[in-house]
Amino acid sequence: MSAQPLHFVSPAQFRGRVSEALADDGLRDNFRSAMNFLRDKRASQFPDPVETEALRDLGEAVRKHALAHLPALLEKLEANLQARGVEVHWADTPDEACALIHRIATEAGAQRVIKGKSMVSEEVELNHYLEARGIDCLESDMGEYIVQLAGERPSHIVMPAIHKTKQDIARLFEQKIPGAGYTEDVDALIHTGRQVLRERFMQADIGISGVNFAIAETGTLWLVENEGNGRLSTTVPDIHIAMMGIEKVVDTLEHALPLASLLPRSATGQAATTYFNLITGPRRPGDQDGPRRMHLVLLDNGRSQAYADAQLRATLQCIRCGACMNHCPVYARVGGHAYGTTYPGPIGQILSPHLLGLEASRDLPTASSLCGACAEVCPVRIPIPSLLMRLRTEANRAPGARTAQPLAGQGASFSLGQKLVWRFWSGIYARTGPYRLLRWAATRLRRWAPRRQMGWTQHRTPLVPAARSLHDLMKARRMAVSDRDVKKM
Amino acid sequence: MSARDRILARLRAAEPGAPVAVPDVAGYYARRSRLTATELLSQLCARLRASRADVKVAAPDAWASVAAEALQQRGVRRLALGSCARAVTLAAALPDTIETVRFDGAIEGWKRALFETVDAGFTPASAGIAATGALLLNHGGALPRTLSLVPPVSLVCVDVHDLYDDLHHAASVQRWADDMPTNRVLVSSPSRTADIQQTLAYGAHGPRELIVVVIADGETA
Repeated sequence: MSAQPLHFVSPAQFRGRVSEALADDGLRDNFRSAMNFLRDKRASQFPDPVETEALRDLGEAVRKHALAHLPALLEKLEANLQARGVEVHWADTPDEACALIHRIATEAGAQRVIKGKSMVSEEVELNHYLEARGIDCLESDMGEYIVQLAGERPSHIVMPAIHKTKQDIARLFEQKIPGAGYTEDVDALIHTGRQVLRERFMQADIGISGVNFAIAETGTLWLVENEGNGRLSTTVPDIHIAMMGIEKVVDTLEHALPLASLLPRSATGQAATTYFNLITGPRRPGDQDGPRRMHLVLLDNGRSQAYADAQLRATLQCIRCGACMNHCPVYARVGGHAYGTTYPGPIGQILSPHLLGLEASRDLPTASSLCGACAEVCPVRIPIPSLLMRLRTEANRAPGARTAQPLAGQGASFSLGQKLVWRFWSGIYARTGPYRLLRWAATRLRRWAPRRQMGWTQHRTPLVPAARSLHDLMKARRMAVSDRDVKKM
Repeated sequence: MSARDRILARLRAAEPGAPVAVPDVAGYYARRSRLTATELLSQLCARLRASRADVKVAAPDAWASVAAEALQQRGVRRLALGSCARAVTLAAALPDTIETVRFDGAIEGWKRALFETVDAGFTPASAGIAATGALLLNHGGALPRTLSLVPPVSLVCVDVHDLYDDLHHAASVQRWADDMPTNRVLVSSPSRTADIQQTLAYGAHGPRELIVVVIADGETA
């Protein structure tokens, strides 16, 4: 793998990339069919609306309970992991997380890292950090492996290579894997990946994984997967490093059970994934395999900002199923890369402003028609549309305005001109005299309405006021009616 | 101040939210209807078969020979075993064509041999979950984790008396939280992926085939 940095796009160029994505018919076809597939699969797993809603209530209650006790649960998790011999590390920023892992690798003299799927590792861009320091870091989830081989980033949090066709992957394997010929046969492609990666599992010094649920009570890390690469990454290498956002903890094993039912059903439409992998500590005396040392890296990276505010805290209820993106009319049309963030789609739109600041992500909360499909399918009932509205408010708040919990980049979209226009508008509407004058002027001077009306006329014909206002029309109608009544008498 | 202290301090300084009740997980699961023993067996088998597992139901005195035959059909020549009683029974039923490999000694001593020369691994399950068609493997100690993971064929047996409605049922009756082994794994199919154009393919990394033998006595079989 080359240490060449990938071409990273910034969420700040979101608008430009949306136009490009919309013009790419192939990409739109890939996403359309993939989204339809995932939606149908999910629907087939929730045939009974009564059971569905009761389970979603329970899932929401579990996540809200965990967040309400988050600092205490993190300490309990830490203590129980340490009692099992797991080393627990805390990182405020992506750089801290990467440096921690690099230090573990250096101290162990490790050269080769194999990774199970971990969105947190994507978030901190761990592969580049390690590769720049001479440590080989290979993705082992098939989708992640394909994306890494192509020098790209995942376009979906559950199905990383969802933007690629089998023809794309056939060409990629032919170019990048020595000895692999061109084949569009999916079984053959998977077999090629399996052969390459099995060798690497054997050689790896360190396995890195994510965490789906961390259970404070038992010090257990619960991983959900289908391929077995997560199990191999956490079992075969001598050192296992797990990474998780600080919000992933729940109190008890029992609390994780409804989430373990909601996650696969919502994500891929499976009753359960192939493997639920519950890891409680490294190899014990009497065990013959499993890592001899185990670490957990807890990452904040802006999550505590979302946590600080009682409304925005709901962002952290997320269990990363991806159902919101699968059902989002915007995501389905522009695809995951347009967002330029690790987490695309509706969850990315409400999470990224905390991870990156509103300055870099100010356009993301506007990329929604607020249709509410995301909230309707969310297994833990995150009120995504109202959180989008809130972030729009914060992005437009005056930068210096005092608030109880200011967000990083508050007022990133603020414009004094726009603010004044709105103030003028609301002032006129609140006063009878000026309002009547404006109404009269707008209707009488309509032919002088400007041809170019900022953002509006980019995609629409110009707005022209009607010849008569509704008030005028009603008045005329009343007079006509009373005239008629007079004649009838 | 360490990152740990900074993060915890920020979380503790957060705006208080509305009071939250302890979720009634047990209450939710208690409201669901329970399956009969026959239904448990038929649902487990149906779910596993739908996920492309090869499921066989056999009497207590016949399960080992049924399992041996399934291995033989697949041309298995080397079978890795742990040191449990079921493994001893199975080993005694194997034909001469199948060599047993005892998993004793740390994996470091024979990692490459395990990856490259073992055709199948045998692991007895401690529970079967009817709702999702999953089998519980309590790895650790006498049952190494790689047994059910590295060899291309995975053979699992489960006793019909160890079947439960759902995860909650099994976890509460067997009191999972009281004693977590190093690695509790729930398996519901051979290793699979749909990462290439949503096309389901088996044998992504782990076992390509999953053979399940349910050991059932006369009443339930």
